Amino acid sequence: MSGLTIENLSMRFDLPNGTSVQALKDVSLDLKSGELMSVLGPSGCGKTTLLNIVAGFLAPTSGKIELNGHRVTGPDRERGMVFQQGALFEWMNVRENVSFGPRMAGRRERDWGSNVDHLLDVVGLRDFKEKAVYELSGGMQQRVALARCLANDPDVILMDEPLGALDALTREKMQSLVLKLWKETGKTIVLITHSVEEALLLGERLLVMAPRPGRIHKEYRLPFADLGVDSDLREVKKHPEFGQRREEILSMIWDMEEEIMGRSEDAA
Amino acid sequence: MIVFLIYAAIFIASFFVVKLIVKTATNDYASLKTVTFGDESAVRPNRIASILSVLTIFLLWAAFTGSTLVPSFLHAPGPFIGTAKFDYTAELSTGERDDATVSIVVTRAGDDPVLPEVDPGDGFAKNDVDEIGAWRSGLVRVDRNDEVPEGVEHRVVAVDGQPLEPGGSVHTEYGRIGMSPKGTLNFEPAKGWQMEPIWLPAPEAVVARMAEIARDGYRDSTLWEHLGYSLFRVIVGFLCGAALGIPLGYAMGLSDWFRGWFDPIVEFMRPVPPLALIPLVIIWAGIGETGKIILLFLAALWIMAIAARAGVSGVNISKVHAAYSLGASKWQIMRHVIVPNSLPEIFTGARVAMGVCWGTVVAAELVAAEKGAGMMIMVASKFQLTDIVIMGIILIGVIGFGIDVLMRWAERILVPWKGRS
Repeated sequence: MSGLTIENLSMRFDLPNGTSVQALKDVSLDLKSGELMSVLGPSGCGKTTLLNIVAGFLAPTSGKIELNGHRVTGPDRERGMVFQQGALFEWMNVRENVSFGPRMAGRRERDWGSNVDHLLDVVGLRDFKEKAVYELSGGMQQRVALARCLANDPDVILMDEPLGALDALTREKMQSLVLKLWKETGKTIVLITHSVEEALLLGERLLVMAPRPGRIHKEYRLPFADLGVDSDLREVKKHPEFGQRREEILSMIWDMEEEIMGRSEDAA
Repeated sequence: MIVFLIYAAIFIASFFVVKLIVKTATNDYASLKTVTFGDESAVRPNRIASILSVLTIFLLWAAFTGSTLVPSFLHAPGPFIGTAKFDYTAELSTGERDDATVSIVVTRAGDDPVLPEVDPGDGFAKNDVDEIGAWRSGLVRVDRNDEVPEGVEHRVVAVDGQPLEPGGSVHTEYGRIGMSPKGTLNFEPAKGWQMEPIWLPAPEAVVARMAEIARDGYRDSTLWEHLGYSLFRVIVGFLCGAALGIPLGYAMGLSDWFRGWFDPIVEFMRPVPPLALIPLVIIWAGIGETGKIILLFLAALWIMAIAARAGVSGVNISKVHAAYSLGASKWQIMRHVIVPNSLPEIFTGARVAMGVCWGTVVAAELVAAEKGAGMMIMVASKFQLTDIVIMGIILIGVIGFGIDVLMRWAERILVPWKGRS
């Protein structure tokens, strides 16, 4: 079958002080090919751990992940990753960064050249090909990271708070860009975010996770990502259901935070 | 002390003079800042001050050595040169007294004194003539030519009319006349404020000596051989140290076994000053090139290993993760991520290592060497050839500075992304 399957995933590890942490417990999830899912949750809910396991950087203590029918055991080009920041290679210019994947696969420039240039056009960096990445603004750097990931043509794109370090205006533009790229490329995307609005806007499916142990708390199916592909995101935010969902999820996360606070007070 | 006061006075005076004369016409961003005290970025070096600072040092050097490079009215008062005269009053144990004049020709070292003919004069005390070098002192045996009858004591009781006791002294415009406990006069011509050439030669003397050594060499080697040998040792020692230290550092950054195995060695050797290894290296390898290069190799090795290790550890894990997700192999990650990412750290280490190596080679040559900049100044110091010593120090400083400038230039060209991630 095609798609990403996560089955009974648990992650537990020991700390140096003798206690152990249950970062994830029995997380199960099916993601069809081409779906866009955002993951939301208070800090410590294991969403980054989940993403790192899917990417193959961490091994779960139990459970398994399958992509298109075969088991995930380590990092691979089929699962691309976009980080918050600092993952670009400063010693390469923009075009060299974007073409890193094809070049490492040993492909010739005549094979990847036009695709890379097309992607640079799509993310609006046509005139910055030869620039050093440290000369670009934060938003431009994230566009390079997106293009670099897409140039490798992965099946799944994993995004770990990719827009978290950007200012509000740039962030909004980038959100539109992510939706546009999703629609154009038809990639499966998992996006972790701290922002409820972003999770609503960019989630065809929205997963709310709860902490201690990290687990799936609630899942939504939302129309906003599809709406946002064609219209202004500010219009989408005016949708009556948008405000309602936002309040609902915000209070859900607030409750979790309060529970954590209460629990740590009990412990004290 | 006086020199420091003059230096401080020039520092303060030039500050006010420059502030008064030079109106800064710049209108860039930093010049519009109202808060400059405490804002380090607003403090830019005043280049006029830098130029004046260098000029001041040379001016003071020239003024206090009586250099011909500066007009003589800028000279600090020099030592007394010429013919010093003083009268002394001698008394015999018979109670008889007589005066006589002593003429002392004071000359600079190297000049031949021309002693004037002096009329011996009347009485039992006769006029004397003597010579002495500037900055020296000497006994003046005024009684040598005095006509003292057998069995009669002769002693000097006054100089220039001022009574003088054994152990005391009289100051005249020519210098100090003292009397030893046994009653012999000694004369110390006025020294002035200038430095004696054997302590501090004039700038032109150093330049002349440099030209001479550049032409004729020193101790069977030309100046360029001396400096070239020192540089050669530094470069070979550094390259050997880097050739082993960088791979070692990478291995320590990438493998827990290497890290565990070499950590104690590196952590122990790092704080050992390379100078402390000189005796052992001399015992093992002698004072030839091998010993020097081993020493510099050891000086550079640990610095480069630690720099390479820090370069590997400093790689943002996101970069490595990103490269893995893009399908890179371990070898490709090493080649395209870890090595380029560690280059800025390695360059910083290389700059430190070159500085340490340069210092170490000079010190090692001071201890024992047949050629080299350090050996040159060490041997010269044994013969009190201060001009060679100062020339050597200046050349060593210039070369050390040149090495650092070159390294910084190479860093800008080769790792432009340093500090920009």
